[in-house]
Amino acid sequence: MIELLTFPFMQRALAGGLLVGAMASYFGVFVVQRRMSFLGAGLSHAAFGGIALGLLLSLEPLVVAVPFTLGVAMAINWVRRHTRLAGDTAVGVFFAVAVALGLVFLSLRRQMSTDAFAYLFGSILAVSPADLVIATAMGAVTLATTPRLWGRWAYASFDAESARADRLPVDRDDTLLFALLAVTIVISVKVVGIVLMAAFLVIPAATARLLVPTFVTMTRVAVAIGMLTAVAGLLVSYLADVPSGATIVLVQAVVFLAAALVDGRRR
Amino acid sequence: MAAELLRVDGLDVRLGDRDILRSVSFAIPPSSLLAILGPNGSGKSTLLRTLLGLVMPRRGTMILDGLPIGQAPAGAVGYVPQIKSLDRAFPARAIELVASAYLGRWPGVLRPPEREEAMEALARVGAAHLADRSIGVLSGGELQRIYLARSIARRPRLILLDEPETGVDAAGSADLHALLDGCRGENGSAVVLVTHDWEAAMYHATHVLLLRNSMVSFGDASHAFTEEAVRSAFGHTGHAHGRFAPHRHGHD
Repeated sequence: MIELLTFPFMQRALAGGLLVGAMASYFGVFVVQRRMSFLGAGLSHAAFGGIALGLLLSLEPLVVAVPFTLGVAMAINWVRRHTRLAGDTAVGVFFAVAVALGLVFLSLRRQMSTDAFAYLFGSILAVSPADLVIATAMGAVTLATTPRLWGRWAYASFDAESARADRLPVDRDDTLLFALLAVTIVISVKVVGIVLMAAFLVIPAATARLLVPTFVTMTRVAVAIGMLTAVAGLLVSYLADVPSGATIVLVQAVVFLAAALVDGRRR
Repeated sequence: MAAELLRVDGLDVRLGDRDILRSVSFAIPPSSLLAILGPNGSGKSTLLRTLLGLVMPRRGTMILDGLPIGQAPAGAVGYVPQIKSLDRAFPARAIELVASAYLGRWPGVLRPPEREEAMEALARVGAAHLADRSIGVLSGGELQRIYLARSIARRPRLILLDEPETGVDAAGSADLHALLDGCRGENGSAVVLVTHDWEAAMYHATHVLLLRNSMVSFGDASHAFTEEAVRSAFGHTGHAHGRFAPHRHGHD
């Protein structure tokens, strides 16, 4: 078991897992309290379009997927704010368009897209040194913005109208939240896969919500669960030789079930 | 102390292609309670939202204590939203809700001075015992009391309430009015509330504004609340048969 940690790919996978587990769960608490789970599914599938375009252009997929997904997130946010359509309808439209584009890009590539499967389901072998650099940079941005933005996002999550009445720049803050969420989702996709990304965002936060009574502890507990389940899932996925995304999400589901039982007994 | 605390002049608000408010003008002194009444869609809530800065008027001015309301110091306007519209599933304790008002953000772990300040505001509305309760388990009346503590935490000049009787039983509503009367007496704060509760309006209001997109009548409660004005606002006297004549009742 210890020798596993001497493999560079495993070190990268664990470091990547810890980073994306922490970030996805941190943003996940806002996603859960704002009832935006579908946005997580939509943005991870948007990432598929960007990754496929990167593969088609023979560029580093994340380099294309980050701005592509960011663009989709901004488009969803714009439609949500400036048209009479509900946010989930906007997600539904862009989700489908991005997947359709991704499929067309992959078919244009005219070669086996085995690497695309790693993106769909997550792979322990897929985390490259470049991915780690991007994830670390994103982790630093998240940490740097937390003292200023966590409380404002939380306030607007509870009651956007009161936050606006208190003159908080709710729309600007939401745009930033969407942008950081989009980037977090893209860089998590290597570890978790596109298909299960939405669950990866939501389950740690939902579990924490069952266990604790305040938003600040919910955030801390969710981040801890996200990190621990990512590491546990990666190790099990290596030992059992199964896709990492599915394993992490199953480990999260076990923790969620335990929390639901604890919560059920308390009531 | 200024003779006028709040003056609204020529307020026009348009939402989409509809004129919601037309030429609304009124002024109220410190310690007053203005009840805004009108049928559904008459612009009552829009007027409140405009005073809060959530809706931009096309035209008109709103002056609070000699300053445009948008330039009033933070906390000068307190707000108690409709209790039934709140997200009770949010993981929050009552004290955090109060602290968020003067921190201008959601609190993390409360530091002792932050906690003390919030406890003081809760004590002022007799809700100190609710401080560590989860908002999900509070009754409508208790939650409204917490919101009132929140809105008075920064000693506002103006307190706005949106249909405070909704989702709260009669006893809770009477408690709220007693607390509002206290704030008006103590701080000279004015209260503006949108309501469907004619009886409470007649009993507690010093001023009444009847609204049907434009002003039907405005004045002190005994003059603005005439049968003619009510007919003009509502088209009929509805459930208020016999109640338009000002009289006092045993509300509380």
